[in-house]
Amino acid sequence: MISSLYGAMESGLIYAIMALGVYISFRLLDFPDLTVDGSFVTGGAVTSIMILNGTDPFIATLAGAIAGFFAGCITGLLHTKGKINPLLAGILMMIALYSVNLRIMGQPNIPLLNETTIFSTILGWWNAWNLESIFMAPFQWLGIATFAPRSFYALMTLLIVIIIVKKLLDFFLRTEAGITLRATGDNQKMVRSFSANTSLYIIIGMGVSNMLVAFSGAMLVQHNGFADINLGVGMIIIGLASVIIGEVLFGKDKIVRMTLAIVLGAIVYRLIYLLALRVDFLEASDMKLITALIVVVALVFPNWLNQSNGKKQFKKSKARRKANEQKGEVDLASTK
Amino acid sequence: MLQLSNIHKTFYPNTPDEREALVDINQSLKPGDFVSIIGSNGAGKSTLLNTLAGTIIPDEGDVWVDGKNVTTFPEQKRASMIGRVFQDPMSGTAPRMTIEENMMISLGRTKKRSLFKGINKQVKQDFQSHLARLEIGLENRLNTKVGLLSGGERQALSLLMATFTEPKILLLDEHTAALDPSKEELILKLTRDLVEQHQLTTVMVTHQMEQAIDFGNKLWMMDEGKIIFEAEGEGKSELTVADLLQNFQNLRGKNMASDKALLV
Ligand SMILES: Nc1ncnc2c1ncn2[C@@H]1O[C@H](COP(=O)(O)OP(=O)(O)O)[C@@H](O)[C@H]1O
Ligand SMILES: [Mg+2]
Repeated sequence: MISSLYGAMESGLIYAIMALGVYISFRLLDFPDLTVDGSFVTGGAVTSIMILNGTDPFIATLAGAIAGFFAGCITGLLHTKGKINPLLAGILMMIALYSVNLRIMGQPNIPLLNETTIFSTILGWWNAWNLESIFMAPFQWLGIATFAPRSFYALMTLLIVIIIVKKLLDFFLRTEAGITLRATGDNQKMVRSFSANTSLYIIIGMGVSNMLVAFSGAMLVQHNGFADINLGVGMIIIGLASVIIGEVLFGKDKIVRMTLAIVLGAIVYRLIYLLALRVDFLEASDMKLITALIVVVALVFPNWLNQSNGKKQFKKSKARRKANEQKGEVDLASTK
Repeated sequence: MLQLSNIHKTFYPNTPDEREALVDINQSLKPGDFVSIIGSNGAGKSTLLNTLAGTIIPDEGDVWVDGKNVTTFPEQKRASMIGRVFQDPMSGTAPRMTIEENMMISLGRTKKRSLFKGINKQVKQDFQSHLARLEIGLENRLNTKVGLLSGGERQALSLLMATFTEPKILLLDEHTAALDPSKEELILKLTRDLVEQHQLTTVMVTHQMEQAIDFGNKLWMMDEGKIIFEAEGEGKSELTVADLLQNFQNLRGKNMASDKALLV
């Protein structure tokens, strides 16, 4: 149980990078982007094939992320220049990327277990500096060594990665260009009236979004020890669920708080996943259904809330009107 | 500053729905000119402003701004020279972003948007001093989401954002029509102040004849895509609403006062 908890945290941190990408397209640009299912695998595919060919894993990961950037830009181009509806543009890219990914990988599955990945490299440094004992010390000192993970290196690596990604994203979103990008998803007409090329911002924004998604895919294949052509199926829904869970549980107005909330949302999502696996009558494959339900509820519930509030208000004002009318009649009666 | 020559625009040409929205418009404005446009619904006022802004490209004719032929410039390229305020207060600002972020976007009109943190102390102070001129307390609410402001406040902010970077031309399309009377008065006062302060060349569409008479040194009356009457300087300042109605009737042989939009 304990080790699967840490496992969930680790994959949560990896998926958090993807969720931040989905946050950019879905929330900031108001562009529900299905490219994600494809670009996630693209990141993993490019990275694993390069690692297989002996490239430095850090460079391979960077290349995977850049591949995702271009995939996202193409989706953005299809929408802005090709005038294709966002959903359709994403679906087209997702389908196209399936073939591209298979071409890149050359086979549906690439094992990476005996290759030099980011994780194996860092494990080497970790052991060389004997960092494990430093992290284990407090657990042993408190006598709870059984609650410690088997090793801290992956968790620490991913923690540092996500902090860097979050900080960079926070910085970018508050630059002049970043502010304009966010406004583009908010009120395109207004942004254009202030002389900004909204098409360009959408294209770049979609690029950055899918770059994060592909980066996440690149990290996941190295963490799992294999790449698979079907790794991305339903990824967009996982991303949406993470974004929505994060917003609901931890969301705040400020952008730095929002990105933090998304990261936490992704981790909570993995914990829910873990729990679902523990429940006897649920299978791992049911998780897609559960994820879809989470998203449906999260999308429908706020509408219901608004509607019933509206109805209540209507009833209230109706009651008030009635009361006023009655009062009016009384007034009339008394003046007579 | 602004020159329009032979502007024609027809919507749905060669179909039963064909609609001549602009017919042979020839006009020019000098720097600092302020023209008020009146006319019945569907006269082509918004189409004219859209042609200036670049959201509509005319079928014929040229638009010159500050000595440049901008006829085929896409909207966002032209927008570096043109400030706009829309009728709907929701249109001119980004609701999910703060006041200072909105101001930052409008600041980007005149310069390239960088990958640096745009909002620093100096910029903030600058925004505050501009916002303070509105005298509605927005200068103390830099970090408030614009979606939380009232319609009047949002329109005041839109107006400020459209003017403080001093565009060559300011376009106002019934920018007070959606507001209640007290807010309308505020926005009109701000319009006067800001235009004066920045010496802006302005084109304002209004649905109220008093406003058209009250504002600016020029007046154009539009009907069926044409400018059917214009007045300038002395001649304009002496106009009355009755004059305008009479003129319209003489020129068009129909009664403008029957048009509901102009009675309000
Ligand atoms: N984008 C458009 N497509 C088709 N017809 C339009 C469009 N914009 C305006 N029109 C038509 O052109 C005419 C002039 O409209 P408009 O300029 O909006 O009038 P005004 O602003 O003076 O009320 C109207 O008949 C209107 O229906
Ligand atoms: Mg109009």
